[in-house]
Amino acid sequence: MIDRSIRQHLSWFDTLKQHLLTTVLCVALPVCSVSASAENLTIGFSQIGSESGWRTSETESIKAEAERRGYNLKFSDAQQKQENQIKAVRSFIAQGVDGILLAPVVETGWDQVLKEAKRAHIPVVLVDRGVDANPDLYLTKVASDFREEGALAASWLAAKTNGKCNIVELQGTVGSSAAIDRKAGFDAVISNFPNMKIIRSQSGDFTRAGGKEVMESFLKAESNPKKDICALFSHNDDMALGAILAMKEAGIKPSKDILVVSIDGVPDIFKAMMDGESNATIELNPHLGAPAFDAILAYRAGKTVPKWIKANGPLYLPDTAAAEYNKRK
Amino acid sequence: MIDIRPPIKATNMKKHHALQHLLKRLQKQPKTLAPFVSLLLILSVTALITPGFLEIKFVNGHLYGSLIDILHRGTPTALVALGMAVVIGTRGIDLSVGAVIAISGAVTAVLTVNTDWPVWIVIACALGSGLVCGLWNGLLVSIFNIQPIVATLILMVAGRGIAQMITEGQIVTFHSTVLNAIGNEFFLAFPIRVWIVLGMIILTIVVMRKTSLGLFIEAVGANVRASRLVGIEARLLVLSAYMFSGFCAALSGIIIAADIRGADANNAGLWLELDAILAVVLAGASLAGGRIYLGLTIIGVLIIQTLTTAILTSGLPVQYNLVVKATIILAVLLIQSPTTRQWLAKRFQSKRGQNAKKEQNSTSSQNHGRADQ
Repeated sequence: MIDRSIRQHLSWFDTLKQHLLTTVLCVALPVCSVSASAENLTIGFSQIGSESGWRTSETESIKAEAERRGYNLKFSDAQQKQENQIKAVRSFIAQGVDGILLAPVVETGWDQVLKEAKRAHIPVVLVDRGVDANPDLYLTKVASDFREEGALAASWLAAKTNGKCNIVELQGTVGSSAAIDRKAGFDAVISNFPNMKIIRSQSGDFTRAGGKEVMESFLKAESNPKKDICALFSHNDDMALGAILAMKEAGIKPSKDILVVSIDGVPDIFKAMMDGESNATIELNPHLGAPAFDAILAYRAGKTVPKWIKANGPLYLPDTAAAEYNKRK
Repeated sequence: MIDIRPPIKATNMKKHHALQHLLKRLQKQPKTLAPFVSLLLILSVTALITPGFLEIKFVNGHLYGSLIDILHRGTPTALVALGMAVVIGTRGIDLSVGAVIAISGAVTAVLTVNTDWPVWIVIACALGSGLVCGLWNGLLVSIFNIQPIVATLILMVAGRGIAQMITEGQIVTFHSTVLNAIGNEFFLAFPIRVWIVLGMIILTIVVMRKTSLGLFIEAVGANVRASRLVGIEARLLVLSAYMFSGFCAALSGIIIAADIRGADANNAGLWLELDAILAVVLAGASLAGGRIYLGLTIIGVLIIQTLTTAILTSGLPVQYNLVVKATIILAVLLIQSPTTRQWLAKRFQSKRGQNAKKEQNSTSSQNHGRADQ
């Protein structure tokens, strides 16, 4: 108990010292905001993990952007666990960083740690996913609109099949905002087409093995899968890649017997499109470092920042797959 | 037709005799019945919910259907559970198997992609990595006397990190005809991986039951000091049990990587250690060591895998997956609990009050049988 109170006391003291210093600097230097943008910021980045190819490229893009700007980026890999992320954010607060980037693994349970960051006056930028908390507790969210991605996938499918299609869906991790919103956006669009419906939907946990196992069970559950299933909508590319393997092993031609549309735009899905095994992917923009750092700079300059900075990617078709694959290799 | 009849009759009689023998054994040890009953119950309920679940077709020269999927998908857990059963027999536990799976998968993928080595050497290296992991666990437990749960926890945490270092955090995809065959192809109508695992199961059961090794391992689990006093080299036995578990996990890792043609260091074998421990316990083994049932462990694995596959084919909304699975597992464990069995036995007896004397006789002989073990 004593230990803890001393530590709290110290961190409070540290924060005060920092604030005094900043205030003094700002009073002394009339070009304060300019010097702030040129200074070497220390940014903490709590990443979910490296469960998919996309997440790895997001991590690399943010690291590269930080390096380009000469920022000191403290990176923490949470290995899919919220408690690790909360620990990481707390340690960033204790280290007195200038800003925190957080890619939350689930939507709920962030109130307490976000309050702690706010109390320490450290702006938190959510990257690529949202949280279910009071928006005052974080600076902004830099992310694609998952709903729009789901809606785009559904619109493409509706156009491709003239609004008549029995769909099987591979959902992401239960409770993740990517899974909830991609499903919601997709459902919202297909509800306009009476002949489009989702006949089976299960979670493949965003992994290749999960997608493969679930797709196998879907194919077994239908008496004539080639006829009964018209398309696969997968919440991410990795699950779709697993499902493509399952289809091939069951003697079904992916992209011909069953259409395949997924989201993320990882290199391997472009390869699958080149091989004629997938139909479309919607890129989840991984280059979120620049807008996130800009938001922190704007906050430091005292400007207001919108609560959601949207960074949506386009839909890619097989015709450009080879070029996109070479770009990403 | 008439010519063929007599031999058929003979085999039928033989079968009948074998069935009677089995029933007699089950009467003596009602405990062994529970996992079978649970598996049959789950299968029949699923068949009611999902029509066609029990259907097996012949497609492209091999068997195709949900039941084959259960065997196919159950292989990694079965291998891990086999190793786990032996370790639990020595009064230990191996939490690191999931991480070992990730390491062996990573070794397989990286060596396949980055070297021109023949696939057999790659597989040997992956299996070797599992043996080294097992050696590490075994040394900590048997030489340094660290409690097994703590000793293997170290590798459980660090192992996944090692696998991530090997793959540099990426999913490493590879192409190899032999590995692909191990993951997905068929031999004599069944998946090759099922044959591999069947071979491992038979080998393990033969070595454990037909030689004195199984007895020694259970003896070490039951009482280390006593077994040392009668001259059993306990340390070496415990060490080799962990190495065996590491080997099984590594083989499982190769199969899992071959399945998706890539090594996913973050997710390969995640939480598989818990499924394996559950399978061993469902089989009636005691976590306090000294008593394992290898054959029943495999039934335990099939129960878990049947549940998973059944839930996936049932069309249940995803949010309910885990709760439904946990509830059914709880029910299975309750069926197996001694208290439930006693209660059932009592009800059975009161219904047959007239035969009470006879029942009593059989109960006493049953107790006698148990004391013998």
